[in-house]
Amino acid sequence: MPARKRTSLALSNEQLLQLYEDMSMLRAFDEKISERCIRGEIPGLIHLGVGEEAVAVGVSAALQPQDKMVSTHRAHSHFLARGADPKAFMAELYGKATGCCGGKAGSMHLADLDIGFLAANGVVGGGLPLAVGAALGQRILGSDWVTLCFFGDGANNNGAFHESLNLAAVWDLPVVFLCENNGYGISQSIHKQQRVANVADRAPSYGIPAEIIDGNDVLEVYETVRRAVDKARAGGGPTLIEAKTYRTTGHYVGDSESYRSEEEVAEWQTKDPIVKFEKVLRRKKLLSKALKSEIEERITALVEEATDFAVHSPALDPAAALTHVYCEGGV
Amino acid sequence: MARMSYAEALNEAHCIAMRDDSRVFTLGEDIGEYGGIYRVTKGLQAEFGEQRVLDTPISEIAITGAAVGAALVGSRPILEIGFVDFVGTCWDQVFNQAAKFSYMTDGRASVPLVIRMACGAGLGYGVHHSQSLEAWFTHVPGLKVVMPATPADAKGLMLAAIDDPNPVVFLEHKFLYEVKDEVPDGRYTVPLGKARVAREGGDVTIVSWSGAVPWALKAAEQAAAEGIECEVLDLRSLVPLDEDAIVASVEKTGRLIVCHEACTTGGFGAEVVARVVARAFDFLDSEPLRVAAPDIPVPNSLALEAVYLGTRERLLEAVRGIVS
Repeated sequence: MPARKRTSLALSNEQLLQLYEDMSMLRAFDEKISERCIRGEIPGLIHLGVGEEAVAVGVSAALQPQDKMVSTHRAHSHFLARGADPKAFMAELYGKATGCCGGKAGSMHLADLDIGFLAANGVVGGGLPLAVGAALGQRILGSDWVTLCFFGDGANNNGAFHESLNLAAVWDLPVVFLCENNGYGISQSIHKQQRVANVADRAPSYGIPAEIIDGNDVLEVYETVRRAVDKARAGGGPTLIEAKTYRTTGHYVGDSESYRSEEEVAEWQTKDPIVKFEKVLRRKKLLSKALKSEIEERITALVEEATDFAVHSPALDPAAALTHVYCEGGV
Repeated sequence: MARMSYAEALNEAHCIAMRDDSRVFTLGEDIGEYGGIYRVTKGLQAEFGEQRVLDTPISEIAITGAAVGAALVGSRPILEIGFVDFVGTCWDQVFNQAAKFSYMTDGRASVPLVIRMACGAGLGYGVHHSQSLEAWFTHVPGLKVVMPATPADAKGLMLAAIDDPNPVVFLEHKFLYEVKDEVPDGRYTVPLGKARVAREGGDVTIVSWSGAVPWALKAAEQAAAEGIECEVLDLRSLVPLDEDAIVASVEKTGRLIVCHEACTTGGFGAEVVARVVARAFDFLDSEPLRVAAPDIPVPNSLALEAVYLGTRERLLEAVRGIVS
């Protein structure tokens, strides 16, 4: 692994505080979503990103507005960090017409092309080939975007992963593969699923450089992704980054979590990415108690506003189920 | 007008589309300098370069997904999968990814993608290179399914498919590639969802598509010698389906035979019969018939493959039977 150059990518104090606020905002949304899901207001399979916020925020901070993002079934944090409208996001989870996808996507299939968020995905590994395609499209169209492809550790034993890495390498495509390694594919620990210790170990066999980082360190995520994105944009080809992290809530809301011990979860809670970064900001004397309260109030208001919007949006007309199977001009 | 083969007509469609629109490109295995296993992409790499005529690794998942992703961001890919039988390796990218974007974004995203695949038996290629799987695709809302039977339609339907904002599965019958016929010059499109009356007749309607159209025309010719006039309808596309054209013909003839190369059970013939029964039951003078392959894989031996392709011979018998 190359030595990390932290200084050249230094962020302003305002930007550092924004990272903190963004992570806190993602946490607050997922906690609200969990509450409303348990209450029965939000239907379906809901996968929370609690504990993994530093990855979503660090990655998004490293991207330019024209860049594309491809996500997974655990997409809330990626979507919000990329700049999705919180109200349209919550309304989508509630299945309302005011949702960002008219209620047809829900949690697992979120998309908003206006912010370059191409697709979440209900299929593990399904997004990797799409990301390679978005990068290929960049080349065909002569644009300058980079595609950031999230995937989980569970996807690295899927054929789509291997084919996608190879194709991106062969064509030197501007794509950054970002593995959120939270240690589990539903109930199976990564060690039961593969012999190599790291997802990053796969990359050299495809001729792709890889880095392993602390996924709970937002600055390390930002700096590593920023370098990989800049390199890809300059024509340097793909990179794989493995961010080691942990989901401190279950695989989905309602998960029994029988496959892991309370001690293991508690240990990771001590590495909480938000608490960790808060300490950094306090050391730098950037985050006073008063400012923290101010941020918390802003976030609470944002979450409440988005949730109220979703709750009070009118129910969908069932006739909408029959529309947009094909694009305009279609069948 | 020029006389050219089905493969040459498809090649011309690629040239026209790629000259007219820099967003159009093609990718697939061995399609570059090699020209594709059916020569459909012959010479394209020389004219348009390696960046727009991309030779790919044998990685159907990645190349199909790459085509879907590239379409999603605004380019217009044409993907060649050499045999429809291989779609099993990349099926997720076709039916779960490409087909769903318009719907799951409520019309905010589109996937203007053409997936070309060769189908059909008759060359002794065996179980993994000979199937006709069109019914699989017709069962997936969000995909269009096109199956040309003539060189002129191959060109016009291909240009229409490239223009279409939806994912289009374009199935080419490998037995038709070398068939030659008159093809109009320049750019023209044949709209998806408009059937062609390949032969007019008043006694029996034979609905067919792709490689079965020549069989239907031959049976119709033989039947005419016996005084039975068949109307042969070439559907051209199964999705969208020209149901009105089928119904209009059955209302005229009172008899329906659906003839396709694929296996009988769950074949698209069942869908055609069901629609006709629902809309034109009172016009039917006899029960509608499906003349299609037995429910077997396609065997390698030509002697056995002939059993799979027995539809050709059984069609004339079916015509005789339905009017008696």
